[in-house]
Amino acid sequence: METTAAVSTTALLEVRDLQTYFNIEGTWAKAVDGVSFSIQAGEVLGIVGESGSGKSVTALSLMRLIPDPPGRIMGGEVLYKGRDLTKVSYEEMYDVRGKELAMIFQEPMTSLNPVLRIGDQIAEVAMAHEGLTREQGLERAIDMLKAVGIPDPERRIRDYPHQFSGGMRQRVMIAIALACNPSILIADEPTTALDVTIQAQILELMIDLQRQRKDAAIVLITHDLAVVAEMCHRVIVMYGGKIQEVATVEELFANPSHPYTRGLLASIPRPSKDHNQRERLKAIPGNVPSIMNLPVGCKFCTRCEVKIDKCDTVEPPLVEITAGHSVRCHLVSPTLSQGVTA
Amino acid sequence: MSSVLLEVKNLKVHFPVYGGVFQRRVAEVKAVDGVSFTMHRGETLGLVGESGCGKTTVGRAIVNVLRHVSHDVHLEGEVNYVSPEGTKTNLLELRSKDLMAYRKRIQMIFQDPYSSLNSRLSVKQIIAEPIEIHRPEMSKSEVDDRVRWLLEKVGLQPEYALRFPHEFSGGQRQRIGIARALATNPELIVCDEPVSALDVSVQAQVINLMEDLQQEFGLSYLFVAHDLSVVYHISKRIAVMYLGNIVEIGDSDDVYFRPSHPYTRALISAVPEPDPLRKDKQRIVLVGDIPTPLNKPSGCGFRTRCPLAVASCAERVPELVVKAGGTAVACPVVE
Repeated sequence: METTAAVSTTALLEVRDLQTYFNIEGTWAKAVDGVSFSIQAGEVLGIVGESGSGKSVTALSLMRLIPDPPGRIMGGEVLYKGRDLTKVSYEEMYDVRGKELAMIFQEPMTSLNPVLRIGDQIAEVAMAHEGLTREQGLERAIDMLKAVGIPDPERRIRDYPHQFSGGMRQRVMIAIALACNPSILIADEPTTALDVTIQAQILELMIDLQRQRKDAAIVLITHDLAVVAEMCHRVIVMYGGKIQEVATVEELFANPSHPYTRGLLASIPRPSKDHNQRERLKAIPGNVPSIMNLPVGCKFCTRCEVKIDKCDTVEPPLVEITAGHSVRCHLVSPTLSQGVTA
Repeated sequence: MSSVLLEVKNLKVHFPVYGGVFQRRVAEVKAVDGVSFTMHRGETLGLVGESGCGKTTVGRAIVNVLRHVSHDVHLEGEVNYVSPEGTKTNLLELRSKDLMAYRKRIQMIFQDPYSSLNSRLSVKQIIAEPIEIHRPEMSKSEVDDRVRWLLEKVGLQPEYALRFPHEFSGGQRQRIGIARALATNPELIVCDEPVSALDVSVQAQVINLMEDLQQEFGLSYLFVAHDLSVVYHISKRIAVMYLGNIVEIGDSDDVYFRPSHPYTRALISAVPEPDPLRKDKQRIVLVGDIPTPLNKPSGCGFRTRCPLAVASCAERVPELVVKAGGTAVACPVVE
């Protein structure tokens, strides 16, 4: 298949045992607790999870954008081109952000500066990283706006963010993120605030960009499994600050093994042609636990329908059950690769 | 018993826009521009469309709170409540005193479970308020009993009555909002994006709860949302809005699987599917953004983005025409 063939095996970035905690009224809340994964060149890696799962904190940790205090990267490594990004100085990080790793945020309304012209906001990145003059920077801005499909870019660079619609603003965000040709683009819920037809445009744009650059990678953070199915090659499922399951997208949807992944997939409505056979949705009982009081054992044990006594007290390890497919669950073992039946 | 519950006829809602030094009325936003539909007892009608299409305004016009949003709003058309005996009352013409009797029959659930509950009131006070207003004859202990009963109905423990909204998660708050809407024994609940602020795993709980309550109390829902797969799941019929007009309305199977209007086709094809094996499905990607309702294109509002537009589309606003399958479509180009 074309998509899998495009994935090479060189790791662009490697995250090892990342721990990011937040100090809330004297106690450390473990927002991200021992997360390890790698990002391969040419792939779109999805990170799925609900609010409080740690997916956004993981992304912000890679960019070193965790506000300290209250947050702090307590341990682990983020290896990129021979450097550990958790250890480099803030000044060195300025060179990495925007040039090597770039990020798109969820809310295009609040992530642009309302009092700066669009052209200057894009030019700023190129001026800071490549030493361009303002004129050259603005030329770059025009090229970038053209690349993300904004009509009449020569005129539009003089506009302010409020003169753009939500979808256009997200295109501008992508233009800023890509202005210096970064190797890794981290997109945190890039289409959540957008309408479905505009979402389709933005996703199409991201797929095009990904096809053009085989040496780069996209990390797509979302709660929307349908977007994951359409965009990603590999998926990480997070819950309670931990990776619960990792697999290729085809494997994850065909053979979801963690009870949480199964629950998530069962809880989304899937329109089927026969209206009368529409099944009742299978909801996961309970609520997403607060990171302030996560269970001691498996993070999902409070809501799991197949849990055993051991789950309350012992956190299961992340075990590879088949090549490239790892699951964190006591009830799933390599020999029992079909997973648990909920 | 009349099976029709609500009849919306040629509803128009225009908001004034003020500008200039003297803050004069300079323009009008035609948020809803001639919408008509009928709702039956016990049915769920889904109302979908992109932001700015007027779907929320239609819901607000039905619960009749628009005058509180802007006292200068221009309201036209009819929102007829049809009683079980068949008598029609146009809610838009009633004075607020007479409207009281109808308020309890039409209630609302809001999108944001965080801002739609008063954080200074306990859960009991929140749910008791509509009961105290609409059933003043009820004694304190009767109200208490009803609050406990309602909490149980929405799947919360009655002991929660004394807690405050900040002690609950988003899904639980939405349950409180549903209990408040149920408190007056309504016939119709206008649900404005009731699950879009919730986590995926909690969304299904709330949708299931709403379906159970509908079964038990024979409720009708006007389900306003932008997530098409959720709307399809819960609705019997779906109406699609674009720039203040309904462009297609019909049985949800027809609208979702056999869409006729070029906008509906594009909208449905844009919905991502939770199946990685269908990555390369054919998709109609629309060019450009939805135009502002401040400056609507002449004729058909969709013609500026429509792949099938012809010259005559600019001349007049197409009317909804009922097609063979029973779906009404506002497009003279498609057959």
